[in-house]
Amino acid sequence: MNSIHDMGGMHGFGPVEVEKNEPIFHADWESRVYGLVRVWYPWARYKSWGSFRHNLEKIPPQDYLNMTYYERWFYVHEKKSLETGIVTEAELERGRASPDYVIPDLESHPDSWRGSRRLNEELPLKFCEGQTVRARNINGFAHNRLPRYVRGKIGTIFSINGVYALQDTNEKDEQPYQQLENVYTVKFSSKELWGTDGNGKDFVYIDAWESYLDFD
Amino acid sequence: MSRNDGNVTANKRTDSSVNKSNPKNDEHSHVPSEIALRVKALETVLTEKKLIDPAALDEVVDRYKNKVGPQNGAKVVAKAWVDSDYKQRLLEDGSSAIAELGLLGQQGEHMIVVENTDEIHNLVVCTLCSCYPWPTLGLPPTWYKSSAYRSRAVSEPREVLREFGVYLPDSVEVHVWDSTAEMRYLVLPRQPVGTEHLDEEELSKLVTRDAMIGVALL
Repeated sequence: MNSIHDMGGMHGFGPVEVEKNEPIFHADWESRVYGLVRVWYPWARYKSWGSFRHNLEKIPPQDYLNMTYYERWFYVHEKKSLETGIVTEAELERGRASPDYVIPDLESHPDSWRGSRRLNEELPLKFCEGQTVRARNINGFAHNRLPRYVRGKIGTIFSINGVYALQDTNEKDEQPYQQLENVYTVKFSSKELWGTDGNGKDFVYIDAWESYLDFD
Repeated sequence: MSRNDGNVTANKRTDSSVNKSNPKNDEHSHVPSEIALRVKALETVLTEKKLIDPAALDEVVDRYKNKVGPQNGAKVVAKAWVDSDYKQRLLEDGSSAIAELGLLGQQGEHMIVVENTDEIHNLVVCTLCSCYPWPTLGLPPTWYKSSAYRSRAVSEPREVLREFGVYLPDSVEVHVWDSTAEMRYLVLPRQPVGTEHLDEEELSKLVTRDAMIGVALL
């Protein structure tokens, strides 16, 4: 989807500000949110949760920019927990589970075990190393991992990285974990991406599922 | 491509790297912030419903607070500096070579190591979210997750590097790796001149997180 998360090439955010001796977490609640995401990860467990990254991307742009990283992580978990009935507003207000709570029977993800790991599979390769390719011009509301700044641009296949489940979501906001694809690293010249504002000595590499690429 | 095309004061208010709820104050305050209370409420309710195990949560927090960090990546780098066979394996198949040291894990299963040379300087970013090799570098610093870094690393990497104090000759190529799929990147920095006599452990102490992201030279 075309939202604020896709930041590559944007202007106006100013210099990169570095905090000296930054702690791992700035507050205890940040560490609890990180731990919660790691030990629960409902995004892979329940079909109706969609994709974690897509839900982060669906945060309205003005809110996205005003939230910190862990605020965003918490926001989408709290929101989905409420929407799916795993917790209720009243329970969160009291900070206790209702004595007669019922956990909704959410459909699980039969293929989520594939997750985001490299799969021990081989698929015929559409492209070979060194081949010229054009990144497709994808503009749906669904989730994909092709950044805006490469769309329609010409690059070359730098390397072939094995088979992964596609991380996109479909029109029902589900991840088609059963859709397996080759993943490539594609090299773009800075001049191709940024025109005369690019630098002839700079190159940008992205990783792309096969369906993001076309023959040029 | 000037980076001075925005109002910096306004940016400071809206940029995600600056926390509006100011967690640094939360840390020293006895009154929990609203978000701290909400997080506590969700954790408690999920625990009471037996959907999460707080001990497992404690364990993962402890691991990432106290055990996993850039010292892991530094071991990989130091070994590559002293052992040319290892270095070759590392550059050919980062995952297997890092697995030899027992340092693979979530958000770092498929590792690609890119080598800085006299001709090429590498820089790692994730423009779409903040993908980062957790098992070798720990959790990312706020600047890596900031809008400024994510937006500019791909379009004006040399300006970004200069802000970090890295001034590259025009003849050096800059290769930026945008982690848009599940591969995670680690930069193999150049070994500092005059350190050839040091052993692996001593060398690993010279390796910094920022050098392994590509925003620092050693």
